[in-house]
Amino acid sequence: MKSTAHAFPENVSAALRDPQLNKALAKFKAGFPQRRATAVAALPEFEALRDEGKRIKDHALAHLDLYLEMFEANVVARGGHVHWARTAAEAREIVLKLCRDAGARMVTKGKSMVSEEVGLNTALEAAGLEVVETDLGEYILQIRKEAPSHIIAPALHLSKEQVADDFRRIHTHLPHDRQLTEPADILTEARVLLRDKFLQADVGITGANFLIAETGSTVIVTNEGNGDLTQTLPKTHIVLTSIEKVVPTLEDVSTLLRLLARSATGQEFSTYTTFSTGPRRPGDLDGPEAFHVVLVDNGRSALLGTEMQEVLRCIRCGACMNHCPVYHAVGGHAYGWVYPGPIGAVVDPAILGIKEAGHLPNASTFCGKCESVCPVRIPLPKLMRHWREKEFEANLQPAWMRQGLKTWAWFAKRPALYGAGARVAMAALGLAGRRRGRFGMLPLAGGWTSQRDFPAPQGRTFQDLYASRKGRTHG
Amino acid sequence: MAESARDGILGILRGAARDRDEAAARAAVAERVKGHPRNLVPARGQDAGAKAVDRFIQMATASAATVEVVPNGARVPHAVADYLSAHNLPSRVRVGPDADLSALPWDRRPTLEVLYGPAAPDDLVSVTPALAAVAETGTLMTRSGPGHPTTLNFLPNTHIVVLPVERVVGSYEDAWDMLRAGFTEAAEFPRTVNFITGPSRTADIEQTPQLHAHGPGRLHILLVGDATAPQG
Amino acid sequence: MPDAQTAQHTATDATTRPRVGLMVTCLVDLFRPAVGFSAVKLLEDAGCEVVVPRQTCCGQPAWNSGDRADTADLAKLMIQAFEGCDYVVAPSGSCAGMVRKHYPEVFKDDAEWAPKAHRLAQRTYELVSFLTEVRGVSALAARYPGTVTYHDSCSGLRELGVKEQPRRLLRGVEGVKLVEMPDAEVCCGFGGTFCVKYPEISGKMVGDKAAAIMATGADTLLAGDMGCLMNMAGRLKREGSGVKVRHVAEVLAGDLSAPPIGEGQS
Repeated sequence: MKSTAHAFPENVSAALRDPQLNKALAKFKAGFPQRRATAVAALPEFEALRDEGKRIKDHALAHLDLYLEMFEANVVARGGHVHWARTAAEAREIVLKLCRDAGARMVTKGKSMVSEEVGLNTALEAAGLEVVETDLGEYILQIRKEAPSHIIAPALHLSKEQVADDFRRIHTHLPHDRQLTEPADILTEARVLLRDKFLQADVGITGANFLIAETGSTVIVTNEGNGDLTQTLPKTHIVLTSIEKVVPTLEDVSTLLRLLARSATGQEFSTYTTFSTGPRRPGDLDGPEAFHVVLVDNGRSALLGTEMQEVLRCIRCGACMNHCPVYHAVGGHAYGWVYPGPIGAVVDPAILGIKEAGHLPNASTFCGKCESVCPVRIPLPKLMRHWREKEFEANLQPAWMRQGLKTWAWFAKRPALYGAGARVAMAALGLAGRRRGRFGMLPLAGGWTSQRDFPAPQGRTFQDLYASRKGRTHG
Repeated sequence: MAESARDGILGILRGAARDRDEAAARAAVAERVKGHPRNLVPARGQDAGAKAVDRFIQMATASAATVEVVPNGARVPHAVADYLSAHNLPSRVRVGPDADLSALPWDRRPTLEVLYGPAAPDDLVSVTPALAAVAETGTLMTRSGPGHPTTLNFLPNTHIVVLPVERVVGSYEDAWDMLRAGFTEAAEFPRTVNFITGPSRTADIEQTPQLHAHGPGRLHILLVGDATAPQG
Repeated sequence: MPDAQTAQHTATDATTRPRVGLMVTCLVDLFRPAVGFSAVKLLEDAGCEVVVPRQTCCGQPAWNSGDRADTADLAKLMIQAFEGCDYVVAPSGSCAGMVRKHYPEVFKDDAEWAPKAHRLAQRTYELVSFLTEVRGVSALAARYPGTVTYHDSCSGLRELGVKEQPRRLLRGVEGVKLVEMPDAEVCCGFGGTFCVKYPEISGKMVGDKAAAIMATGADTLLAGDMGCLMNMAGRLKREGSGVKVRHVAEVLAGDLSAPPIGEGQS
């Protein structure tokens, strides 16, 4: 998908002025963190499981080449095929060719963020294929021609009225005056409509939450069951996923599954967790005849062995954005690309480049909430700071900020000069603000005073006062 | 010829791991997969016997499934037929051609029409076995195979699962052990393993939880046996 | 994991008179010396010898802007300034967290300075948790008539585990009625340079925070970090709120000589 991450400040302005979005986000920030807290409180071992999750993923990443080779060998041993894609373009080409080879006209899709990342739908549609998203949220976004605003709750920004309007606009075969007032009406209409698509599809494309080296299985986790119908009914199942998702064993994936749903939606476990291993076997009465796994790199391998490697532990639960006060304020679209929130602020620059996505790791107060809920303990603020270092090294920060900080640091490194300057500046500011105690406007402080008053200093600095009091006491 | 994508990616990954002791790394990987050691299993996943059954019933119910205990297999056709009539459903079920299910005395309820095979688009109710049930989250584990078409788990609106009470285990790891115990040279890991926890659902409209998305809207579990007796 | 600040030094304990360097923090130094004097009083009352070496800033603004070189230069000045102290105490979770959690990382590839940074990190504390956990302070003689609500500043809370300590001491202050605001642990939107780089997001966050504060009906807002306090006070005053804003140290020390933050001298 096309990035607007460079326009983050403009995106933010628009988001903050969107009343529907604000309403949805208010509900979101009250709901998701509370549900996670309840689930975590019900499992005393949760914090220890986070350590286990980190350990498992660290081990897998330290042996990523070996586990990927093992995964591939096991997929092939079970009659499946593995394809490797270095870039988004290669991934699109591979999937398109597989669809063509299957003689496909219609493709159903389960929810896949990697597919958003590589821009798959546009490519398939340009080649004349009908592509149908089957996750309810994704389906709604597809007919609205919008991107997901959250990695697990893609349509959380919309109201049911908006969706009802879209359904009336698109589903023209149904009576226009039908009832679509309740969420249940909308769900029923979508279920009936998509049922036909599941049955007609030639190819089903899903993502994967995990890959298991031991068995050559791909794993999807859903609540709707759409991913299962997508991959079970058509003749060909294509799994489009990325290289960092491989874990060693069924035991390892079980531990990560204990973390995933609780962190994501606050469920004890998602409704469906499906392990897929190759095409249908002799004697099977259903299931795909062909099974393909497309392993996408798209910038991930370059992070391995660097200070950014820890982000590859991510299991895409969304807990960081569920708890992020910045995400709560602006929603997912403002980030301008596939992965919003704290994880996006770390991943997006890795894929898009720091020049395009530089705002994202800067748009954080480093409040640390994301790290405190991450099921695999990714130090997200630290990794955002690494991006800021890269930005600083490449001289990409705004000049006013760079100059301001340089000047401040120059003084701060010269305590005597700093002290003298501070005495003069605070005396002046303190005197000017003495009566009211604050400033509504100040030169060069527009960023501050556009939102809040600027409290006036008391007038003399602590070090100045302390020295003179000490002087009086002792001399 | 240009370097393949596979070699390119693996080359970068190996480069990043170049400081690793290669022999030790390969040994560690092989050993981990061969031994597949358990990680931390929460206390609530370590229940067994009647305690596990209790927890399974409690957790499955919390996930919006319904659970009914029947004393023996002969009662299953009655329980199925009664469930259908209680929910005002036509007296017809699609059953996986599994040996154990086929052997049940379905003819005791002559009005109940039993069809065998994978799910057809207009099937309203399926009856399937499950390999195991996991107490810690009320989760069923099913596996694909000639007697167990996967579509039965997803296409019909109502999914009835028949599960001998001895197959209730504490944790996912226990369920994997049960699955692995059935591996033979010819048939190892099944094509599809499903973990199913309650009926399908979505919260994609205004974050409002709703049951019955694309998969079944009702999940009914028939636990067969004496749920109060200590199990092995 | 939040780091519960437990005493790691055996050389000093609650019965001896440790030499404590006050890391006054640049914002207290410049804007609110009253907080510095309150800290001095609290530390002296807790049996410490307080020294105030000449200092500027811990370097956090440079660190969070990706400027490692200036951060290291400023950190070296701090390390040198506090060399002779048994403990270093800051009336700020953010600045104490910078020293405790980040200095070791600043110097992780510097064989000469890494051990010095570690040494400073281990003996640096946030003021209130130092008083309660290292000095065993459980009651104070202070008096403050009012209903107060306490905002948990992010670094103190998540980097240093400061949560119950200030509340415990506040409950012991005569006249104080403590009420909790909704979302006390949610960031106020200050974030150092964040608040001027992304004013609209910061404005939304501090607007929500101000609403939460006002919803409590408290007449006083307290917190342990000047940055957050200036941000919240500025917004409360902009919205015409009469809520008085002070650093928690002022109330604990019973020093109300300065007008509340953002209010004029009558």
